[in-house]
Amino acid sequence: MQLDDMDHRLLRLLQEDATQSIAELANKAGMSAGTCWRRIEKLEAAGVIRGRKIVIDYAKLGYAVLVFLRITLDKTNGNAFEEFIQKARKIPEVEAIQTLLGRVDIRMDVRARDLKHYHEIYRSRVLALPHITDIEALMLVSEIKNTERLAI
Amino acid sequence: MIVDIDDIDRAILRTLQQDGGLSAKDVGAKVGLSQPAAWRRIKRLEDSGIINGRIIILDREKLGFDVVVYLGVKLMTKGRVSLDDFERAVCAIPEVQLVQHVLGVYDYRLKVVARDLSDFERILRRRIMTLPGVGNVESNVLLSEEKAVGTAI
Repeated sequence: MQLDDMDHRLLRLLQEDATQSIAELANKAGMSAGTCWRRIEKLEAAGVIRGRKIVIDYAKLGYAVLVFLRITLDKTNGNAFEEFIQKARKIPEVEAIQTLLGRVDIRMDVRARDLKHYHEIYRSRVLALPHITDIEALMLVSEIKNTERLAI
Repeated sequence: MIVDIDDIDRAILRTLQQDGGLSAKDVGAKVGLSQPAAWRRIKRLEDSGIINGRIIILDREKLGFDVVVYLGVKLMTKGRVSLDDFERAVCAIPEVQLVQHVLGVYDYRLKVVARDLSDFERILRRRIMTLPGVGNVESNVLLSEEKAVGTAI
């Protein structure tokens, strides 16, 4: 889909505030509500807008700890990635699994209620995962910026 | 402050995590509540700050952003380094989506979304490496990603 300036403007406005009505959006973008609605429909149909999501404050739910594990796998085993990811997926506290190109192979986000809970997950679930040769952990102290805005 | 929620609230959160665009009526249908009851619970989750906003999900690749790089940044140990100066400057870079202060082998974790590798190189050289106090930087390029949806909730 070829996007024009108007589409980009709409996307920028939606990145700023995803909850505004078509009328507000149309007003800010300087177009009629009908045009605005049709353009958004088109962006959704083309998959440029994939949907909406809620932002959850996990601390309020009692999850105070977020640890990023950086894992190196034993690459002499051809199935190391598949087998590792398949097992890691089953740990409920693992929120994201990423494969990377760089010094580490896998990055995993583990969310836990507190350090004791994290330690349990780490010992009983993470260390039991196959093909690990090295693990490094980074613990989140504070989040200074977290946005999914693209520089469009 | 921790807010107490029950199993129905959890089911609502899981449903909304899968699709944040659902109406109160749709959410209610999925968790077995009437539209007004679902609406009241969603409202309560929003008012308590557990649902801390809604955002639009755009397809970065369709918009021409093909490269995601995670950076581990170590600040210089020599001289006086102001965390505030570093944080202010790094947050101002539009291509940096995530700035996290961490404990471990690095001081900060950054996520950079760029159009391609040469765009990333430009951001790294002109914007990141010139940040006040920046020392060692490690780059890991994202190849694939999967996110679990609300399994722990």
